[in-house]
Amino acid sequence: MKPAAFTYHRARSVAAAVGLLNDLGDDAKIIAGGQSLVAMMNFRLARPEHLIDIGRVPGLDHIRRDGAALRIGALVTHHAVETADLGTDFAVVSDAMRWIGHLPIRTRGTVGGSLAHADATAEWCLLAVLLDAEIVAEGSGGRRTIPAGEFFQGVFTTALEPDELIVEVVFPRPAPRAALTEYAERRGDFATVAAAVDLDAPRVVLGGVATVPLRVPSAEAVLMTDGPRIPAGEAAAAAIDPRDEPGVSAHYRRALTRTLVERACEEAAAR
Amino acid sequence: MTPEPHLRRDGAWVGASVPRREDPRLLAGRGRFVDDIVLPGMLHAQFVRSTAAHARITAVDLSEVRAVPGVVAAFSAEDLDLDDITAELDRPAHEFVPTSMPVLARDRVRYVGEPIAIVIARDPYAVEDGLEAAVVEYEELEPVVSDTAALAEGAPLVHDNAPANTLVDVSLFATEGIDDVFAEADCVVRIRTKTGRQNALPLETRGVVADWDDRDEQLRVQTCTQVPHQVRTVLSRCTGLQERQVRVTVPDMGGGFGQKCVVGREEIAAAAAALRLRRPVKWIEDRRDALTAAFLAREQRYDVRAAFDAEGRILAIDADVVCDMGAYSCYPFTAGIEPLMASAEMPGVYKLPAYRVRGRAVTTNKAPTAPYRGVSRPQYVMVVERLMERAARELGMDPVEIRRRNVITVFPYTGINNITYDPGSYRESLDLCEQVLRDEGWYDVRGSADRVIGIGYACFSERTGYGSGAFAQRKMSVVPGFDISEVRMDTSGALVVTTGTMSHGQSHETTMAQIVADRLGVPIDRIRIQQGDTDRITYGWGSFASRSITIGGSAVAAASRKLGDQLREIAAHLLEADVDNTELDGESGVRLRDAPDRRLSFIEIADVAYLRAHLLPKNVGPGLTATASFDVGGDGTFSNATHGVVVELDRGTGGVEILRYVCVEDCGVAIHPQVVEGQCRGGIAQGIAGALFEQVTYDDAGQPLCPSFMEYKVPTAAEIPDVEIHHLETPSAFTESGAKGAGEGGTIGAPAAVLNAVNDALRSTGVELDDTPIARETVHRALEAGS
Repeated sequence: MKPAAFTYHRARSVAAAVGLLNDLGDDAKIIAGGQSLVAMMNFRLARPEHLIDIGRVPGLDHIRRDGAALRIGALVTHHAVETADLGTDFAVVSDAMRWIGHLPIRTRGTVGGSLAHADATAEWCLLAVLLDAEIVAEGSGGRRTIPAGEFFQGVFTTALEPDELIVEVVFPRPAPRAALTEYAERRGDFATVAAAVDLDAPRVVLGGVATVPLRVPSAEAVLMTDGPRIPAGEAAAAAIDPRDEPGVSAHYRRALTRTLVERACEEAAAR
Repeated sequence: MTPEPHLRRDGAWVGASVPRREDPRLLAGRGRFVDDIVLPGMLHAQFVRSTAAHARITAVDLSEVRAVPGVVAAFSAEDLDLDDITAELDRPAHEFVPTSMPVLARDRVRYVGEPIAIVIARDPYAVEDGLEAAVVEYEELEPVVSDTAALAEGAPLVHDNAPANTLVDVSLFATEGIDDVFAEADCVVRIRTKTGRQNALPLETRGVVADWDDRDEQLRVQTCTQVPHQVRTVLSRCTGLQERQVRVTVPDMGGGFGQKCVVGREEIAAAAAALRLRRPVKWIEDRRDALTAAFLAREQRYDVRAAFDAEGRILAIDADVVCDMGAYSCYPFTAGIEPLMASAEMPGVYKLPAYRVRGRAVTTNKAPTAPYRGVSRPQYVMVVERLMERAARELGMDPVEIRRRNVITVFPYTGINNITYDPGSYRESLDLCEQVLRDEGWYDVRGSADRVIGIGYACFSERTGYGSGAFAQRKMSVVPGFDISEVRMDTSGALVVTTGTMSHGQSHETTMAQIVADRLGVPIDRIRIQQGDTDRITYGWGSFASRSITIGGSAVAAASRKLGDQLREIAAHLLEADVDNTELDGESGVRLRDAPDRRLSFIEIADVAYLRAHLLPKNVGPGLTATASFDVGGDGTFSNATHGVVVELDRGTGGVEILRYVCVEDCGVAIHPQVVEGQCRGGIAQGIAGALFEQVTYDDAGQPLCPSFMEYKVPTAAEIPDVEIHHLETPSAFTESGAKGAGEGGTIGAPAAVLNAVNDALRSTGVELDDTPIARETVHRALEAGS
């Protein structure tokens, strides 16, 4: 469990990192907290020729209100968000952090890293879709903003271009009545199913049931007409199409979905 | 006839939870574990491992490996030419078939992860580059990946010399007329269960540092093992070295739990490579190998019927036990370890009049197994405790009451299994455990309509301190019973005490010293416990089967007493008194009984023994050392406990939460109660892991599906509840301190108690679950169907 050899580069600025990505091409990977990438490298499942460390790039570690919006820099750690006071407007974001791995992981893992890695059960990915986040990326073509709804494209696949890196995520609107909850056999595991709801938008987003964080319009429609009630869970369970997997049948995953959407609704309503 | 306990509990040290002597270095990070050892010029090793579950090896080509930058050497089985590791039982061929486990696979591989070649490089990274360059060609054979597949008609053979893939097939007991008992019984219940394959999972993985010493003409092997002398023996046999040419020492250890009480192929191969290269070689098992290629345990299938009369008295048990032991027998215990344990001990704490059992070990294309904390007892206790609860349900009885009617209360008790149980507190532990849960109001909580709550128990005993006789009865050809201890006093009156046991985290440096301190009246900071060094210790069987305090502690006590006699004899001579008129004064000295003012300190006596030997009595030689050995009499000593668990099930997810865990344990005299509690808690955590979380799984091709902690779900502190522990004390007459073993009980009771609690919570659904680990989906389905 030692990685294959690689060349280490430390970028001092976003522009330098973009320049390195441009020069090094597909063989380069950005590393920040390294909480997903290093494990994959240790198993030699990932073998980048070059690592571009953005850990010391200045200006990417802010958590800031900007009018109604919340802006979080790509290098902010989960733990920093967990312990930040985001007020009732964005309590859903800081509360969701407790579901991410374990404390040592949260003290190193970053917002930008989690979004770029794009695990379909990752809390940041669910939050991004839930709250209509805008992901700000910079590449050789300059900065652009990608709506979360277009960002996640498949298993570990995003809309980022090869020479782009995430610099910031912007949550444009407060979500005082929103919640994210999960089920896994152990605390800190990847969720078997995760559910996030925003009662006001309304939004229902599921993790662990598809290759990307999945919005469930039929459940959102229920919330629109009926308010936070059990039928939203039923609608979400009916809308997904999981496969039977060892230890988790399709039936069970649907049941978990129903339960978690209900519970997320209850939690959101209680805020 | 059980002798009366001869313990006098008058010591100041035994029974006191003194600060652990290990703590300052371990808590400050100054412990020295195998991976902390760095020798000049040290190389790093890893293994080319089989990627096929069952195959003939048609070619091993290491030429590319040797060309990888940083790689120093690569050896296949042919290169090292080592003898196989073969463990034997003294049983006829129809009962036992041995396996030859090559140190490196030669012509055939039998599980994914089996070592084929060792690669040695300058650093751990280059080693892995080297592994990737190895070319192994296989001719794949059909794999056998379950016990049922192994026993199926026409199954492919894992070992050509083992028909029906059966390594052990023993029928130890068959009470005459047992079929009639079942035919006439008021109530017959049956449990069919399968328990998951587990990994003992020491926090510190296996590892070794070996180098050749020209001056001592010795292969020095620093390895994290529970059995240093057995590693020496196997290494000597495999390499052809004399045993004096091998010195095995053991640094601090981060757990073993049985996985390190057998000799690993990797530690032999790495040592042999160091011998060949004449350079230090380190092998540290990485977590992926630890999860897939290390010794595993616990995968068993039971089909057991029990007969009861109308009053709930058990009349008979008829059991069929199949243990999936994986690819090879481990040394020294063999694949017999699990079926023999289950067969011999299953009647447990209950007065059982009739018993029939068949125990089998089958071989499969999975990583081999070793003893793991509890060895079969977590499973058969679970089965027997399920039988009790199922019978109670059938008979409309309270599940605690049915146990009360059946537990042994009069000791010594000789069971249907020909084992004589020394006194224990079976009934008392059961009563107390239930009382605690009642007093805390859990039975009221259980009745609340809106929650799904269950209460479950496990009542059991465990034989600890197996003596030579007990192992010989199982027909082991290597019989690990006794222990030898040497006590040596220096001129400063301080002591070095050797033990053949091997602490791998159980605080023997503290507890053994407490025993010595009481026997000689010396404070523990003047006593050093010497363990884990085959050059300094005459012989030892290491630590497993809860034998350390019972056997090793007794040897330490006996040697201490002997040295005390010697000190008194010298003092009597110097004080011109009769030796019978002397006694140890409890303050590092000897005094006269009739004139306590007249005393000699140990320093004064040692001064004579070493520096002025001409003053010694004629029949006493110079120096102050005493050696004694100890073996356990009778059938050994039985610890016991009752565990009580309250669980709550989540209707929405099938989740299982443990709300309360109470353990009432009796390990006789607790040398250090806090250490005992630590053993209980750690054991219970591993038992809960087996009941609810951990399982090593394979796909149909025999590929392991749990190469990391993402898949192998070892519970974390968040999943393990606080455990309340109550102590009862029934001293053993068979050990010097009255202590019984305390290392395994937690693990033994937890699966049964948790499973019973879950089933109690499911009582309204009509569903009963018997397999472990309990699948949450199964719980969910049961609750869904029942609501």
